[in-house]
Amino acid sequence: MTAAIARAGRAFGRFWLDFLVGDTPELFVVTLVVVAISFGLASSPRAVAVVVVPLLAFGAVVMSAARGRVRQR
Amino acid sequence: MTTRDWVLVAAVFGASSVEMVEALTIVLAAGTSRGWRSALEGAATALAVLGVLVAAVGVPLIRYVPIDALRVVVGALLLTLGMSWLRKAWLRASGHKALHDEDQIYAETVAELAVDGAAVRTRDSVGFAVAFKGVFLEGTEVVLIVISLGASQGRLGLASVAALAALLIVGVVGAIVARQLSRVPENLIKLVVGIMLTSFGLFWVGEGAGIHWPGSDLFLLALVGSLVVLTMLVVPWLSRSSPTHVAAVPS
Repeated sequence: MTAAIARAGRAFGRFWLDFLVGDTPELFVVTLVVVAISFGLASSPRAVAVVVVPLLAFGAVVMSAARGRVRQR
Repeated sequence: MTTRDWVLVAAVFGASSVEMVEALTIVLAAGTSRGWRSALEGAATALAVLGVLVAAVGVPLIRYVPIDALRVVVGALLLTLGMSWLRKAWLRASGHKALHDEDQIYAETVAELAVDGAAVRTRDSVGFAVAFKGVFLEGTEVVLIVISLGASQGRLGLASVAALAALLIVGVVGAIVARQLSRVPENLIKLVVGIMLTSFGLFWVGEGAGIHWPGSDLFLLALVGSLVVLTMLVVPWLSRSSPTHVAAVPS
């Protein structure tokens, strides 16, 4: 019984690890950074957060895709 | 229907369509090689389990989790998923990653399941399991999107209806065209959904964290538009160093 629960727990953990991190750990890290920066900039002038948060995410996808291109060659 | 409702419907419908095409390929392969009864029962059981998951997880989320906390967590989830889909779609569109080949997946699954060259006429556990697994695994991503988008906007019903509409349309079209699912422009749909999930993710994370987006809901459209422009710039840039040939792989 305990072994079955442990197995299910491991499978559940593996699923979420693969789902969230997969082969692009950098995008998972960027998401955490976006969340942290959003909280950090929430009280700053609106224009700063509105520009910085999207640009950070957009830049991260571009860099990750460029990295993927190099890796696939 | 507000702007964010329309974007929600489009995102859920697109994501569900792509995943359902992939699931349908497996169900068709299981039905053809192991018998339709078991394949359809497997697919129906998986859909029922996924429906229970939406109700069991989604409804308590809406009722008991504070909306700002929910939006940050859900936004982060959507952002991770959206950026990953977008990256993959860019690499596929620029020739750096093989396109998803439904014909190849169909042929491989049929070859794996074939029993003496004839379909099984009675109940078959292998056909049931393969169809169940295919629909459940592909559907899990849809469930996460439905719960995330639906719960963060308090529109779980609308998100579920959009997913069911995609299921019905893909099911009916799939039954008619049968083995021609490779004609569905999967990468284009995945690209559009990637753009929408990334936009929603950023929007919810910001809103949950306390950022006041200019124009409120309309800022979602600004995010979508920005990502469309970025895609139009990035794909040609990535294509410039395109490899000559990338073999199709079933992933």
